[in-house]
Amino acid sequence: MIKAVMMMNTQGKPRLAKFYDFLPVEKQQELIRGVFSVLSSRPENVSNFLEIDSLFGPDSRLVYKHYATLYFVLVFDGSENELAMLDLIQVLVETLDKCFSNVCELDIVFNYSKMHTVLDEIVFGGQVLETRSDEVMKAVEEISKLEAASNSISLVPKSVSGWRGGR
Amino acid sequence: MEQLKTIGRELAMGSQGGFGQSKEFLDLVKSIGEARSKAEEDRIVLSEIDILKRKLLEPDIPKRKMKEYIIRLVYIEMLGHDASFAYIHAVKMSHDDNLLLKRTGYLAVTLFLNEDHDLIILIVNTIQKDLRSDNYLVVCAALNAICRLINEETIPAVLPQVVDLLNHHKEAVRKKAIMALHRFHRKSPSSVSHLISNFRKRLCDNDPGVMGATLCPLFDLITEDVASYKDLVSSFVSILKQVTERRLPKSYDYHQMPAPFIQIKLLKIMALLGSGDKSASEIMYMVLGDLFKKCDSSTNIGNAILYECIRSISCIIPSPKLLEAAADAISKFLKSDSHNLKYMGIDGLGRLIKISPDIAEQHQLAVIDCLEDPDDTLKRKTFELLYKMTKSSNVEVIVDRMIDYMISINDNHYKTEIASRCVELAEQFAPSNQWFIQIMNKVFEHAGDLVNIKVAHNLMRLIAEGFGEDDDDADSKLRLSAVESYLQIMSEPKLPSLFLQVISWVLGEYGTADGKYSASYISGKLCDVADAYSSDETVKGYAVSALMKIYAFEIASGRKVDVLPECQSLIEELLASHSTDLQQRAYELQALLALDARAVESILPLDASCEDIEVDKDLSFLNGYIQQAIESGAQPYISERERSGMLETTDYHSQDHHEVPSHALRFEAYERPKPSSLRTQASTELVPLPEPSYYSEAHQPISTSSVSERESSEIKLRLDGVKQKWGRPSYQSSTSASSTPPQAANGTSSHPDVGVGSSSLKPRSSYESKKPEIYPEKQRLAASLFGGSSSSRSDRKSSSGGHKPAKGTASKPPKENPIPVQPPPDLLDFGEPTATSVTATDPFKELEGLMDSSSQDGGSTDVMGVLYSDAAPVTTTTSVDSLLSELSDSSKGNPGTYQSQTSKGPNSQEALEKDALVRQMGVNPTSQNPTLFKDLLG
Repeated sequence: MIKAVMMMNTQGKPRLAKFYDFLPVEKQQELIRGVFSVLSSRPENVSNFLEIDSLFGPDSRLVYKHYATLYFVLVFDGSENELAMLDLIQVLVETLDKCFSNVCELDIVFNYSKMHTVLDEIVFGGQVLETRSDEVMKAVEEISKLEAASNSISLVPKSVSGWRGGR
Repeated sequence: MEQLKTIGRELAMGSQGGFGQSKEFLDLVKSIGEARSKAEEDRIVLSEIDILKRKLLEPDIPKRKMKEYIIRLVYIEMLGHDASFAYIHAVKMSHDDNLLLKRTGYLAVTLFLNEDHDLIILIVNTIQKDLRSDNYLVVCAALNAICRLINEETIPAVLPQVVDLLNHHKEAVRKKAIMALHRFHRKSPSSVSHLISNFRKRLCDNDPGVMGATLCPLFDLITEDVASYKDLVSSFVSILKQVTERRLPKSYDYHQMPAPFIQIKLLKIMALLGSGDKSASEIMYMVLGDLFKKCDSSTNIGNAILYECIRSISCIIPSPKLLEAAADAISKFLKSDSHNLKYMGIDGLGRLIKISPDIAEQHQLAVIDCLEDPDDTLKRKTFELLYKMTKSSNVEVIVDRMIDYMISINDNHYKTEIASRCVELAEQFAPSNQWFIQIMNKVFEHAGDLVNIKVAHNLMRLIAEGFGEDDDDADSKLRLSAVESYLQIMSEPKLPSLFLQVISWVLGEYGTADGKYSASYISGKLCDVADAYSSDETVKGYAVSALMKIYAFEIASGRKVDVLPECQSLIEELLASHSTDLQQRAYELQALLALDARAVESILPLDASCEDIEVDKDLSFLNGYIQQAIESGAQPYISERERSGMLETTDYHSQDHHEVPSHALRFEAYERPKPSSLRTQASTELVPLPEPSYYSEAHQPISTSSVSERESSEIKLRLDGVKQKWGRPSYQSSTSASSTPPQAANGTSSHPDVGVGSSSLKPRSSYESKKPEIYPEKQRLAASLFGGSSSSRSDRKSSSGGHKPAKGTASKPPKENPIPVQPPPDLLDFGEPTATSVTATDPFKELEGLMDSSSQDGGSTDVMGVLYSDAAPVTTTTSVDSLLSELSDSSKGNPGTYQSQTSKGPNSQEALEKDALVRQMGVNPTSQNPTLFKDLLG
């Protein structure tokens, strides 16, 4: 089971954090800081895996990937495969890339709720739900469309796709 | 260019609000991003919270604004600040009909609340409604929320709808419904146990995605109970076969691999089902073999599947061909440049080594490279592998390496782990006693405070028992070397507390045993310890006990004891210590010094720490005493269980609650009350009330059932639920248990197959000749790690603990004395006056007189319970006497003594011996042992 998904920048600022079992806010912060301090001390060109029992309890592993200014982190237990989790990060990033065309840190910060929508389509209650980024995109776009249509109070002048197309 | 783009985007978002984001949110994020310090960030966030608090109080906030506030609050809480004031607004938002608002509400609620939060109750209704919605996106949003917000109590409220959704026409909904059910199963297996068949059904879903999702709950279910899913083996194998043959739609491909995540899940399930099952394993051979051929090892996901195959093969009963394929895959991993693959290779090697121990030898140089890699993760994994392949031939090299690494790291968590592994290996494979003690010293020195206390106890036990062979000479040599090394180490500053405890204990037991060191030398050293670590009471306690033993041995052997001046001052200091434990030890020591040789010898016999102490759990030696008391009119003892059993039948209020097991919330409408049935039920439960027993049988205030039970068991004391007084210290049994698993894990490699080992040396030499650039020291290391393995694989030492009982039973302590002896009358025994007083005035008769016949509820039994639990039914007539005796007694002794003596052995000499032994065994200084001191003084 996946225990947590985190994104943080290279300065340790959390950009997105989702824990699949409830943790109090202070504990979440402690874990985010703990993970960051471990990650920031890792040299370049080493493996993407960490055994992280000290923070998340026995049999906890962590897979991370460093993209530009962001760390993508997945924490999970022994019932998942490390290499596969690495690919799950790849799926997530590929999807975000399609979503925001050339994703960067700012997209993640400013589109907080959309990030969660994307993530919820990939990981559901701690289990891998979908790994085809096209399918995820389809679902997310459908939601966006419907949200825009149902939006009688007209929150956003343009839908996401329109905004994306503008650039 | 990139920068321009982002600026442009920011501008665009600033004006348009982006994906629902406003200028304010943008500003907030920007200012936090620009904050130079955590303090500055906190200030920004706090002022933002103030603003939001104010804004939320405004009347008639437009929904659009509200949504924006909520998003800002979610963001603030992610940064670690409390946003609880807005939870209710998030809950309200989830009630909205507008999908966008609803989704935002759900998102905020799932991030804010835990499943036991009070506000959840306000959402359950909304979730119920949304699950029935026509719009599948609304249903999905609700399912998403369920995973986080539903707890055991609320599961029944949504369960029917979720089960209905398993047949929804949209596969996305079916998939999520399966996952939600899985989540329920994880939270409370009993609530969905009747629905498990649904998972099997969904395995045959038309949509491969739904089938894939079903594998997640099935994996959990099979982990819990393999046997009932054996029938699915061939189904799983055929699904995997179809997947690998690319029968799934092309859209399921990921990096040219067909549905890799489904393959991995299937392989994991197969590993569970095939474990230890030959016939199930055989069905899997074909598809596993195919996978090795088909997997593309150039992609990450291909390697993930390959690794999963290796893992499965190590779990099932493999065929030689598959093992070979797995070994090939591992060597590819290990030879790769990627650290990730090396990690997987080492992991796979660790798994396969259990089945074929020789496999490591082909890869020894790769393993050593990993050991010296800068990557910590890889290094630790390699240590894990080494730990698994340790045998007596290579234990020295491996443990030395582990200790070096242990010293080099700062991570306390891992330090603890590696220290305990070192200890375990050293205990199991130690080539010599000297080496063992050295290793233990190093471990304690560098990780002393992190080591489990069991390890220290284990070491003491090992030194006390020796290494098992009935060779007293070797044992005493071991002890001497321990004493010598400790005397040397003691001078070093700042030793960990646990280490000092071990040192003190060993010096106390064996410091003077060999005659090499004089008592005054050892006791001087012990005083130094107590002085240097004066803030550590545990260490001081150990030191004082050790001193006591040293002096006891001296007195017992007839030598004159000169108490060192520093020792005398230490005792005096401790006599006035704030710690009652230290005080008591000091008093005991003082008392012991005044006794003659014979008494001292029976209190603290030489080297008796491993003698077994037989505990008479029935306290049968008291039988005579009790018999006498009963004959003279005392009430027999009624165990607590019997008393509480009576309570249960009496208290019919509790029966009422049984109708609704565990006050669960109910979400359906109230039922119509059924008064008649309730009353009949209540009245039937009233029947077994032991109504008459209270007043008709004056002497037996208990129900008839318990009377018969008591008759059958005669007049023995009942000890159920009574805390064992002279139990064995619990660490002993648990340590011997903890030292066995590694042996079992390594057990497979222990078969002495010399032939295979020597033949496997050949490929190694050819491998070495191929690579001439290998450093000689690496080769040496490799040779010491892997070489020589074939010769000495069988000579592993039996772990400690196995030899223990032999020694223990050989000489039992003088304790088997079933003949009860009357307690000497001069002892101010608390139990005594009660027995006599009972004959004079029966307290129960008086009590029963007071009791009204109508008071048959729990209250009256409670009174009895109080009386009995006091063990001595002291009533007004006797209480003055006993109080006086107690006062006079305690004024003589120190305040730490206890007076509750009723269950103690009647013979004071015997009790003294017992206590001495217990004290020696249970070196735990916190154990309360009040009687010894009292007896000594008395």
